[in-house]
Amino acid sequence: MELTTVWFALIAVLWVGYFCLEGFDFGVGMLLPVLARNETERRVMINTIGPVWDGNEVWVLVAGGATFAAFPEWYATLFSGFYLPLLLILVALIVRGLSFEYRHKRDETEWKARWDLAIIVGSVVPALLWGVAFANIVAGVPIDADKEFTGNLFTLLNPYGLLGGLVTLTLFAAHGAMFVALKTDGDIRHRARDLAVRIGGVAAVLAVLFLVWTQLKTGTTLTAVVFAVAALALVGGLVAARAGREGWAFVGTFATIGLAVIGLFLALFPDVMPSTTDPAYSLTTTNAAATAYTLKAMTWVAVVFTPIVLGYQAWTYWVFRKRISVHHIPTADLADASR
Amino acid sequence: MDLDALDIARWQFAITTVYHFLFVPITIGLSAMVAGYQTAWLRTGNEQWLRLTKFFGKLFLINFALGLVTGIVQEFQFGMNWSDYSRFVGDVFGAPLAVEGLLAFFLESTFLGLWIFGWDKLPRGLHAGCMWLVHLGTLASSWFILAANSWMQHPVGYRFNPETDRAELVDFWAVMFNEVQLVTFPHVIFAAYMTAGTFVLGVAAYLYMKKKHQADRPMYHRAIRIGAVVTLLAGIGVAVTGDLQGKVMTEVQPMKMAAAEGLYETSEGCAPFSVFTIGTPDGKEEKFAVTIPCLLSFLGTGSFDGTVEGINPLREQYVEEFGSDPTSKAFTEGDYTPIIPVTYWSFRFMMGLGFFAAAGAALILWLTRGGRTPGVRWLGTLGLSLPIATTLASSWGWIFTEMGRQPWVVFGLMTTESGVSPGVSTFEAATSLIVLTSLYAVLAVVEIKLLVTYIRKGADPFVEPPDVPVGGADDDRPLTFAY
Repeated sequence: MELTTVWFALIAVLWVGYFCLEGFDFGVGMLLPVLARNETERRVMINTIGPVWDGNEVWVLVAGGATFAAFPEWYATLFSGFYLPLLLILVALIVRGLSFEYRHKRDETEWKARWDLAIIVGSVVPALLWGVAFANIVAGVPIDADKEFTGNLFTLLNPYGLLGGLVTLTLFAAHGAMFVALKTDGDIRHRARDLAVRIGGVAAVLAVLFLVWTQLKTGTTLTAVVFAVAALALVGGLVAARAGREGWAFVGTFATIGLAVIGLFLALFPDVMPSTTDPAYSLTTTNAAATAYTLKAMTWVAVVFTPIVLGYQAWTYWVFRKRISVHHIPTADLADASR
Repeated sequence: MDLDALDIARWQFAITTVYHFLFVPITIGLSAMVAGYQTAWLRTGNEQWLRLTKFFGKLFLINFALGLVTGIVQEFQFGMNWSDYSRFVGDVFGAPLAVEGLLAFFLESTFLGLWIFGWDKLPRGLHAGCMWLVHLGTLASSWFILAANSWMQHPVGYRFNPETDRAELVDFWAVMFNEVQLVTFPHVIFAAYMTAGTFVLGVAAYLYMKKKHQADRPMYHRAIRIGAVVTLLAGIGVAVTGDLQGKVMTEVQPMKMAAAEGLYETSEGCAPFSVFTIGTPDGKEEKFAVTIPCLLSFLGTGSFDGTVEGINPLREQYVEEFGSDPTSKAFTEGDYTPIIPVTYWSFRFMMGLGFFAAAGAALILWLTRGGRTPGVRWLGTLGLSLPIATTLASSWGWIFTEMGRQPWVVFGLMTTESGVSPGVSTFEAATSLIVLTSLYAVLAVVEIKLLVTYIRKGADPFVEPPDVPVGGADDDRPLTFAY
């Protein structure tokens, strides 16, 4: 296989990792006002993702860095082109990341409510916008002969792009609810499971619409198979959730998200950013790529270190494998909370 | 090219980078000191060490959070505002960034999560090991990002490919072990230890002087001494590596060295160093100056007799070398001189603040010698001024090294103005600058208030953490730590 193809695949893997992992912590964040009925339950929810959200977020940083290194032209066109949505995502990630650490630092209700809002908005915005961005990458955007994006914010807010955004928003919400059901105990666990099934139903309808649309646009036989399996995984996950099998239910949404991302990358290949202005201007795995030397050096690094990273991240999930329920939350005394 | 968008992009990069780097040195240095305290507790069982671990650990986390989230902007910003730069250098510059993410960011974030929540989930030794791994992550992160920056100061291990019109990597190891990198990395890391040393020293001195915390005086006394010793040892490291940097800089970026002194004409031997000058803003005329004879020669060449090239001959040389082809990425309309007052004063602020911090630490070390109680009231104030001094010294250091490279973004290869995103409108760039700057300002207030609150509270009383197998004891007790 060509090294450029290898790196296209690796970047796909990084996005799969990002969406499957941060997808659920976005979901937990946006469901904070829906699922939790009081401060203790909010803390239960936040603590299910507390130890892992930051590690999850690194996936997007590595995806960004890998794109910069392996496909500099893709990185340059994408980041300068999708300027305002990325700015919104940045602001969202900043306030969201801070809120986990700062929220429990003071006891005032107002303080906590403000950071809760930051968590909610900070989770909804990227969950929606990453979907919009990805749908537009797959569908193609106006790119000129100099590889510059020539559209604006409203170019991206087309029906297909917006549908893509709604798909990631609802899928991540369902994924997050599944995670809460898997990681908590007591009343909230049951509510999370019920909510996951309801949101999952909506997500399934939207996702099927979106995937069929994608299939009609740029699909191949292979993408059709992957999309079909993705849809089946979601149905399976919902069935498992209804049957009270939270582990399998979470595997279901996890697989759906992963397979959908893989399908989108397959639909994209060999382009990385198709041009709607003229197909000749499309950025491809070849004309956007770094040199063979750089790709080779990076491949060595990736081959050696990716398994190590996967190993210790998996170990972290194992360390924090226990369910959390309201009686695990230390009493609200600030001195206790911050100790 | 839209000049307004260029200016905005420059300001945004300056503001977001300086802001981000306010948190970085403390993160690097304090992770090591917190890990050190925790290890000391494990070794000696002295509960003071654990109290200091938790106290400074908490301050570390407040600081780390803001450093982390502002770091995301840094990675996105290259593509957003500097897309032509990214296209031109991506083949060389992207690799260290990607490797930084894979090797360093994952390590830091994962093991920090384990450390924060691991008090009742991990055996004690493993738990302390997590903080050491966080520190290792910060070092790895510094290594790769400084390798990338060193390449911008002194591009090596690449070739210019006229067909693709970009710089292409030919030797990864040359980039990793760039001679600029070899002196910059230790300089930055020593500065980070110095910052953490002054932070521990300052906070401990402040608490030591408070009546409320009188019972804990022996503990804070110890922390003061440790902070002061770390500051001084690291300070020696900063000075030595800074001196080495000066030599390398004179060799690979002579213009920056000349700009550091505002030396317009080449000085054949015994170039003086001015500590302080009052004159015209461009430094061409001086009204009053305090100078040390031959010191600039020594800083730049290692010999009091060394020749230091001046701005004017260098500019002529660069105009001749780069100024002929207006379509070249290395062409600039103006001249090839950085803004002299900025380089001149930033260099002096950096050094002055560093020396002030070292002197303050030495004074406090002497005042507290042999378990003595210093009989001065201003100990806390002086103490707290030291981490502010070291942090600002780092800011000025970066302002110097980045402004001293101008007009280049990659020295000798590409000017900053040719690196800006051609497709980004002034409106977009301005929106970004305004949004990020206002957000950063609000967050600075929030962070400072939190730090003050938690510093004032002082260290919590000792609570024995459980010693548990991996995954924690199997019980329904409340978590030792929860958000």
